[in-house]
Amino acid sequence: MSVILKAENISKQYRLGVVGTGTISHDLNRWWARIRGKEDPYLKVGAVNDRSTKADSAYVWALKSINFEVQKGEVLGIIGKNGAGKSTLLKILSRVTIPTTGEIKTRGRIASLLEVGTGFHPELTGRENMYLNGAILGMTKAEIKAKEQEIIEFSGCERYVDTPVKRYSSGMRVRLAFAVAAFLEPDILVIDEVLAVGDAEFQKKAIGKMQDISKGDGRTVLFVSHNMAAVKNLCTRAIVLENGTSVFEGATDEAVDFYLSQNKKQESIPLEERKDRSGNGDFLFKDISILNTGNEALTSLLSGDFYKIKICLKTIVKQTDVKIRIQFIDNKGAVRFLCNSYFVDTKILNLEKSDSNYIEFQIAKFPLPIGNYLIQLTGVSTDGIQDDIENALEFNVVGGDFFKSGREQISKEGVLVEYTFKKVFEQEDLD
Amino acid sequence: MSKLNEESWLYTISSKKKLIDFNFKEIWHYRDLLVLFVKRDVVTLYKQTILGPLWYLIQPLFTALTFTLIFNKVANIETGTVPPFLFNLAGISIWNYFSTCLTTTSDTFKSNEAIFGKVYFPRIIVPLSIILSNLLKFGIQLLIFIAFYIYYYSNGAAIAVDSSVIFFPFIILLMGLLGLGIGMIISSLVTKYRDLKFLVGFGVQLLMYVSAVMYPLALMRDKLPKIAWVVEYNPLAYIIETSRFMLLGTGTINGFGIAYTVIITFLILFFGIIIFNRTEKTFIDTV
Repeated sequence: MSVILKAENISKQYRLGVVGTGTISHDLNRWWARIRGKEDPYLKVGAVNDRSTKADSAYVWALKSINFEVQKGEVLGIIGKNGAGKSTLLKILSRVTIPTTGEIKTRGRIASLLEVGTGFHPELTGRENMYLNGAILGMTKAEIKAKEQEIIEFSGCERYVDTPVKRYSSGMRVRLAFAVAAFLEPDILVIDEVLAVGDAEFQKKAIGKMQDISKGDGRTVLFVSHNMAAVKNLCTRAIVLENGTSVFEGATDEAVDFYLSQNKKQESIPLEERKDRSGNGDFLFKDISILNTGNEALTSLLSGDFYKIKICLKTIVKQTDVKIRIQFIDNKGAVRFLCNSYFVDTKILNLEKSDSNYIEFQIAKFPLPIGNYLIQLTGVSTDGIQDDIENALEFNVVGGDFFKSGREQISKEGVLVEYTFKKVFEQEDLD
Repeated sequence: MSKLNEESWLYTISSKKKLIDFNFKEIWHYRDLLVLFVKRDVVTLYKQTILGPLWYLIQPLFTALTFTLIFNKVANIETGTVPPFLFNLAGISIWNYFSTCLTTTSDTFKSNEAIFGKVYFPRIIVPLSIILSNLLKFGIQLLIFIAFYIYYYSNGAAIAVDSSVIFFPFIILLMGLLGLGIGMIISSLVTKYRDLKFLVGFGVQLLMYVSAVMYPLALMRDKLPKIAWVVEYNPLAYIIETSRFMLLGTGTINGFGIAYTVIITFLILFFGIIIFNRTEKTFIDTV
């Protein structure tokens, strides 16, 4: 196999704060340094991209010394938390911007799908937009013409193809856009979580098409996502990014394990001191625990039992209209279910300035089947997201008798809900 | 790795910026995109309007009519033997081509931010498509000019097409390239320094008054000899004066002036391409 793409020492620096005052003086400084043949003075400064700490420099490294090679026909996953530098790397790969240092060499044409439907014009018809969008993505008119029928069929918009796109539903627009993109034939395809579009049926179709592209046609694909299930499904190798640096490179399964275990490492630190959080910080989560009826904190639960989720939070200033959301996420990164205080509480939740406010969710019959789960904790007030921790608590469900039927639980998918079942003999029994 | 292998890279995404980075092969690959952009601009501009493409004609006709009333009837500007309306129509059509090219290209980065931030294609395709789609509009306006020309000619007006009119396409090309060059420079600077956006708005309007659009160049030399140099050093004034000479046989044609205009145009265009190339790589970080 041959190397089709090679990234050497890629770094990207961004300026923090508002670009405005000071830009001319910085530009002049740079220019003066260049005239004298010196290095850019602002390249020396710059902090590691750790969102949660306060910046001590006006510049930040969104990416720092990234090196990797991609073999022809390989599907490389790039995983990492929000703000790890995935999107910046994608922007550089797709030539939207250039790196501050280093270079990427390639032996093939790169086409990027950072967003579907780029350049769609609402006044043009579906067909016209198909050509326009295809050309923007780098196809020639002849290439699009050859695939026209296939694209229209795949999109499922045949009836509307000569109607202006402004009359389309948003779903139809996405279908058409994805269809165009799916028939791109570049040497290297860069994809950024476009899978998260459309309805369930179309998503299935989209993932199938992705698999065809990567497996069947032997195309080189760079796939960026934090959907671990999709990464495991599609990729042959993966890179884990953290705070702008590459921390792991290897087989997909190991990379995913590494990524998850990295999240786990955060676990032992008390919630209050955790750094992997985002939000304005007007209030902070201090503690979260799952309690049983006897008020004992647990990390191993049983399906169908009664549990309380008790959250302690610190308000730095008085908070109005507070909404607390807890999401239960499985080990594939999918949200199984969520609880939002706003959905059930008819009153508006206001919190005075305090070191410890306690709130509690009660779940009468815990609906998760056997498995390992994370809780993502998010708090919102009138001023926006105040605190968000992706893995606030980890726990597992070890068993339980949700239906009180005395039978062993077999399914590990979805959530458990209460229902009944009976055999019906006569038509009138139905009513 | 062998030396051969090192050389076989298709292209490199690098932090280093070359002074001139103009990949004709790549632009050629995207030629269909250029055509589609032109088509999009022309087709969608007057969608859902009643008069549709007639607007292309209404604008210059009414401006020419107003100019004739104000500058010729009220302010008594002499246009020689040429009917003032025809004189103004010629000037305005050519000026409009320049000014729309300039104002639209100067907005390239800002108005295409969404596309540029997501997909790569040679950015110069966008300003080029603007020049071409405006050329089509200019072509339609030229037809209406020809119609009025024939009307005045058959009514015995003393107008004559000069034999140099075969060079008229080159003059128009020059006008387009000048608009492209200035527009690209402004579009690049405006990504960082928004002040320029306001300058372009009234700057173009003021520029019209020193570009000999509604008066002959000779009149300026005659009436305001002290500041006539402003007009004389303005390449736009030469282009408009020369094209009026070609179409209507009025005014002067000046070899030195044309050479000067060509040189200035290519300098501006060259400078425009360099600065545009530098900007297109990082503008998404500063816009």
